[in-house]
Amino acid sequence: MDFSALNPVSLMVSLMIAATPILLAAVGELVVEKSGVLNLGVEGMMIIGAIAGFAISVETGNPWVGMLAAMVAGAVLALIFGFMTQFLMSNQVATGLALTLFGLGMAALLGQSYGGMKPPRTPRLDIPVLSDLPIVGPILFSHDVMIYMSIALVAGVWYFLNRTRAGLVLRAVGENHDAAHSLGYNVVMIRLAAIAFGGACAGLGGAYLSLVRVPQWTEGMTAGAGWIALAIVVFASWKPWRLILGAYLFGGVTILQLNLQAMGIGISAAYLSMTPYLITIIVMVIISADRRRASMNAPASLGRNFHASH
Amino acid sequence: MKFTKTLAAATALALGLGGAAIAQTKAGFIYVGPPTDFGWSYEHDQGRLAVEEAFGDMVETSFVASVPEGADAERVMTQMALGGADIIFSTSFGYMDPTLNVAAKFPNVKFEHATGYKRADNVSTYSARFYEGRHVIGLIAGRMTETNTVGYIASFPIPEVVRGINAAYLAAKSVNPDVQFKVVWVYTWFDPGKEADAANALIEQGADVIMQHTDSPAAMTIAEEKGIFAFGQASDMMQFGPNARLSSIIDNWAPYYISRVQAVMDGTWESMDTWDGIKPGMVGIGEFSDKIPADVQAEAQAAVDAIVAGTLHPFTGPINKQDGSVWLAAGETADDGTLAGMNFYVEGIEGELPN
Repeated sequence: MDFSALNPVSLMVSLMIAATPILLAAVGELVVEKSGVLNLGVEGMMIIGAIAGFAISVETGNPWVGMLAAMVAGAVLALIFGFMTQFLMSNQVATGLALTLFGLGMAALLGQSYGGMKPPRTPRLDIPVLSDLPIVGPILFSHDVMIYMSIALVAGVWYFLNRTRAGLVLRAVGENHDAAHSLGYNVVMIRLAAIAFGGACAGLGGAYLSLVRVPQWTEGMTAGAGWIALAIVVFASWKPWRLILGAYLFGGVTILQLNLQAMGIGISAAYLSMTPYLITIIVMVIISADRRRASMNAPASLGRNFHASH
Repeated sequence: MKFTKTLAAATALALGLGGAAIAQTKAGFIYVGPPTDFGWSYEHDQGRLAVEEAFGDMVETSFVASVPEGADAERVMTQMALGGADIIFSTSFGYMDPTLNVAAKFPNVKFEHATGYKRADNVSTYSARFYEGRHVIGLIAGRMTETNTVGYIASFPIPEVVRGINAAYLAAKSVNPDVQFKVVWVYTWFDPGKEADAANALIEQGADVIMQHTDSPAAMTIAEEKGIFAFGQASDMMQFGPNARLSSIIDNWAPYYISRVQAVMDGTWESMDTWDGIKPGMVGIGEFSDKIPADVQAEAQAAVDAIVAGTLHPFTGPINKQDGSVWLAAGETADDGTLAGMNFYVEGIEGELPN
C-alpha cells in the first residue's frame, strides 16, 4: 500500500479545521457542566451562532463582528435555558433538548434569505518568515486566527478552573451546590454566567462552521456537531486539555478516513466511515474502565436543580 | 423538524367551512433535508410550489422537512394520512419501507415514493434518469480534468448512486482514456461540514474536477475556494461557484407532481412506475460555463441531443464489470431492470464498492 500520497501537513491542517467547531462548543459546555448544569442544547446554540455569525458578517462585511454576534446570539439562547432551569426549575435534560429544537427552527427562519450568499473571508495568520517555513509553517503558523483562539480558550479555561479563586468557586457550585450556597455563594448567578459562557462558545463554534469550514449558510448545517461536542466533554472526563485530544482525535480520524477512501485504499468504505465513532467509543470505554475514578471526575451536582429553600 | 402549512391554504380551509365546501385535495410532502438546501430537497419543494401554483385553492399542500430515514418517517406519514392527506410524496430512497408500511394502513391514500423500487396498489414510484445527466457531465469532466483525476462524493451505496458513478466514469473514459475516478462515501445525504471535508480530501488526492451525489452545495463552495471545477447537483448551484461550476444536473419534479395531483382529483390515479430522463424534462442540464471550450460544449450538447433523440444510451456495450466479466456485449444496451438494481462498478473504477 502506498501511503506517500498522504500528506501529513495538509492532513493536520484539515483536521484542525474539522475539529475546531467541536472544540469551541465543547470547551463552553465543559464550563457549564463544571458548574453543575447539563445543557443538551449545544446543537441549537451552535446553529444559532452559525446563522447569526453568517448574517452579521454578510451585512457588515466583517467576519469579526459576525463572530461577536454569534457569541451574543448563542449566549442569549443559552440564557433562555438558564432562566427556565435556574428560576423556573424546569428539567435540564428536557429543556436542553427543547433548546436544540428551538435553535434549529429559529435558525432556519432567520436564515431564509441568506442561502447562496458568500461570507467575507476570515483572514489567515501570515507571519513573514514563520509562515513560510516548510512543514512547521503550514502546521503552526498559517491558520485562520480562530484556531489559535480555540486553543488559547482551552488554556484559559484550564487556568480559570484550576488556578483562580473564581474557578474554584465555580467548581464548588458544581460539586455541591448546597455547601456552596451555605458559604454565601450565589449559586444561581454563577450558573447563569457559566451557561452564558457555554452559549457564547457554542455560538462561536457554529460561526466557525458557517464562516470558515464550509463557508456558506445552509439550514441544519451543524448536522450533529453539537452532540459530538457533548460526547467529547465526557470523553475528556471534564478536563480541559483532554478536550483538544478528543476533538482532534475525532476530527483527525474523520479526515484520515476520507483521505484513505480518496486514495482508494483496499478497506471497505463502510468500515472506514465507522472509525471516528468507533474510536471515540473505545477510548471512552477505556477511560471509564475504572469506575470509581470516572465517577469522581463528573461534577457531583451535574444536572441537579438548586433551590435556596432546600 | 418542522411542520409548515401554508397560511393561504389554512385560510381557504376556514372559509370553506363557512361557505360552499370546495372539494380540496390535500397533498403532503416529506423531505430528507431542509427545503432551503439548494439541492435535492429544494427542487422537491419547488415541485410542491408548482402544484400550488397550478391548482390554487383546489389544493392544500403541506410538508415536513429534515425527516430522518426510518421509523420517524413512518410517524410523519401516518400523521399526514390521519390529517386527511389524499396523496403523499415521500422524496428519499430511505423512505421506501416506511412508505409501504403506512400505505398498507391507509388504502385510500395515494403514495408516491421517489427513487425506490417497491410498489403497491396505492404506492407508485418515480425517479429521474439522472444517469443521462451524469453521462453529459462525465464527458465534460473527462475533457476538463488536467490531473486526470475526477473526485466523486457519494452518499450511500444504493443502485441510484452506483449508476451515477458508472455512467459518469464511462463517459469520462470515452473521451479521456487516462481518467481516474476517486470515490469517497460519506454515508449521509446532507452534512455540509462532512461534504466539505470530503471535497478537501479529494482535492488533496489530486482531483481537479469534483462531482457529488449529496444534497448540499458545500463541495461547490470548496471547489470555488480552491480554484477547481465542480458540477451543480440537483439544483444549478451557480451562486455557490460562479467560477467553479461547469454545468449542472437539475431535477425538475414539477410536471410530474402536477400530473399526479391532477390524477387524484380526476380519480384516475393508478399505481405505476415512472422513470423519466432528459427528453421529458425531468432531468435538466444546466447552462454550460464559458470555462468549457467551444468544442467540448458542442460535444456535450451533441450527447444531450442524441439522448433526447433516443440514439444514445449511456450504458451501451461493450462494457465489462469491475471484475472483468462481460456485462454488455458490443452494441447491447442495459435494460431498466439491471439499471434499477445496479450493484457493481464497471471495469476501470478502482476501489471496492461497499455493500
